[in-house]
Amino acid sequence: MKKEFNIIISGVGGQGIITLTRILTEAALIERYDLKSSELHGLSQRGGSVESHIRFGQKIYSPLVKIGGSDLIISLESQEALKVCYYASKTNTIFLVNDFIKPILNAKVFSSKNISKELKRFSKRLFFVPASKITKEKLDKEVLAGVYLLGYAVFKKLIPLKPNSVLKAIEKIVPKKYFLLNKKAFYLTRYD
Amino acid sequence: MEEILSDKIGKKIILLGNDAILRGALESGVQFVSTYPGTPASEIGNTLYRIQSSKFKIKNFYFEFSTNEKVAMEAGAGASFSGLRTLVVMKHFGLNVASDFLMPLVYSGIKGGMVIVVADDPNCWSSAQSEQDIRAFAQLAHIPILEPSDSQECKDFTKLAFEISEKFKIPVMIRETTRVALQSGIVKLGKIILGKRKGKFVKDPHQFVTMPPRVLEMKKELLKKIRRIKKEISEKSPLNKTYGKNSKIGIITFGVSFLYAMEALKDLNLNLPVLKLGFFYPLPKEKIKKFIKNFKKVLIVEELEPYLEKEVKELAKEVNTKLQIFGKDLLPEVGEFRPEYVMKAVAKLTGKRWKISESKLPDFPKRRPQLCPGCPYWLVFQGVKKAANPKEVIFGGEIGCYMLAGLAPHYIQDYLFCMGSSVGIAHGIKKSSKQKLIAFVGDSSFFHSGIPALINAVHNKSNPLVVIMDNRTTAMTGHQPHPGTEKTGMGEKTEATKIEDIVKACGVKNLKIIDPINQKEFIKTVQKFLKNKEVSVIIARRSCLFIKI
Repeated sequence: MKKEFNIIISGVGGQGIITLTRILTEAALIERYDLKSSELHGLSQRGGSVESHIRFGQKIYSPLVKIGGSDLIISLESQEALKVCYYASKTNTIFLVNDFIKPILNAKVFSSKNISKELKRFSKRLFFVPASKITKEKLDKEVLAGVYLLGYAVFKKLIPLKPNSVLKAIEKIVPKKYFLLNKKAFYLTRYD
Repeated sequence: MEEILSDKIGKKIILLGNDAILRGALESGVQFVSTYPGTPASEIGNTLYRIQSSKFKIKNFYFEFSTNEKVAMEAGAGASFSGLRTLVVMKHFGLNVASDFLMPLVYSGIKGGMVIVVADDPNCWSSAQSEQDIRAFAQLAHIPILEPSDSQECKDFTKLAFEISEKFKIPVMIRETTRVALQSGIVKLGKIILGKRKGKFVKDPHQFVTMPPRVLEMKKELLKKIRRIKKEISEKSPLNKTYGKNSKIGIITFGVSFLYAMEALKDLNLNLPVLKLGFFYPLPKEKIKKFIKNFKKVLIVEELEPYLEKEVKELAKEVNTKLQIFGKDLLPEVGEFRPEYVMKAVAKLTGKRWKISESKLPDFPKRRPQLCPGCPYWLVFQGVKKAANPKEVIFGGEIGCYMLAGLAPHYIQDYLFCMGSSVGIAHGIKKSSKQKLIAFVGDSSFFHSGIPALINAVHNKSNPLVVIMDNRTTAMTGHQPHPGTEKTGMGEKTEATKIEDIVKACGVKNLKIIDPINQKEFIKTVQKFLKNKEVSVIIARRSCLFIKI
């Protein structure tokens, strides 16, 4: 791995972004990296746009990723990817986007095709994955889309963390009674 | 067991800044914690509430959610006067509420170490009313202020704050900002000390009674203490640390800004001297003078107000009159910093070329927060709009989930200031105008500071309609209990204080308690109460979806 790895996760309040952030930092700790993450709590997170920052590497100072400084942007809602695309750079960044749309009150919905077009202006390396649909169909729970995408990123080597470390982190962070379900979601991409 | 209680000394775990402060307090033998919830400081109380409600309850330890921040600080002071180590936690607006008590408290001083944690919120991520910088209280109250940058420092600084507090018998403040409070990082654990002190208040009017002429003596003693803390601690403390190698250009910074400054130097491949201040007050002025003495240029990387910049400008007059001082001319005074802002400023300072490619962002509509589906406030807003013509009636807003009344699809919020203010302002408007008015206030807000305003309106024969939005919890900050509920911060059962009893005792004659699911009754009552010549109150009572009763 190069000196550091920077991840942005975006989505809508309630999609499990904070849990995902905690899993990733825990996995980075298991692999003995220095790390920082930044999130926001409170009313604005209630159904509003949410973004979290995760950074790990040899030595990490800032809790925030800088503009154009992300290696990976995971968006749990397609339109929300547009809101964080300035963290992308043409040379470095991979977009991993859940093909799932939550309409915004009083606004017209961007189509997946349009979103794709816009994102490609920022980086051509774009993965559109119907994570909510898959987890709904296979595990009957849309909220597992985040952990599914995490599995996708880890097994496709979009994140420089070992699957075992991430699984251990999931076991630590997720409440016991949901662990097996999360484990299934994490491994789902391997059986696609 | 929660990891924050782990007894594995030396183990490295990940903690949120707020939780790291709590861990620091636990490693200092804290025995009394009080707070009023407020983001970005809420997690300290939430974590304790969870722990004290579980089987891992900390022994010889007391925690409470107080009715407001002033009461929390007074309660904490009482515990400290009785000899216990005490932590008091609030967000910046809370300090405004508590400041009346803070000023004389710093004069009198304390007994058991007392640390006050205050969280500022640059960028107003979760703060409606203003973007204030509480470091101003340093000059106003003469209270020592320490400011950590990351989670490890949150823990270490808290421990040091307890030591300074107890040694000099003065409350010490930890100031954090959103990006420190809600930043996660690695923390090396020390030993949790279970406080074993038994509180005892020893009478000492000389210390605890502030009255002239004694109060002026106290002020002299306080200023002397501050001079001693400056000389013995701040000037020598490793908390005020220099990084990098010598050069003609330097940086002075603190808090989260320090992290951005170091990031900028790393990315720009520069090795400049950086003075990182852990103490904001008393400022290590000699150390700063020594640092800037031989520079040509210095950059002050300081979020929000330029307090430090002004100090450095004064100090430069003594030791380096030719020094060029940069700060707010290169960095914004409004909103939070971002790493690239600091990079840009450092690049400009050093003449390095650095540019970010800024592509035009897609035209993306803003996704505003919304009331949860099924929230009882939907029913209240909907009923109010049916009962009262929004073009004619004035709607007074307040701090809580119900301030979403101002957004789509409701649009019924004509003013919004601070907790407790909706009723106070309503009274003034009603005395000045014949317009009809409905003031919203939440259950926790009502206990916090709504009651005096209601008494005032009744006593002075005013007639606003007050709707108390009683959802049986402090919902916005994470569902903490309040005096109207049957739980304490210790997870124990208690008797709920009935809002209707208080309203009646305030002298309100027109009172109705309605579950807003009964829309017909609710609408009819709003219409009827709007015509009343005296103060009217509707308690719209229906639980938040996220609590179990």
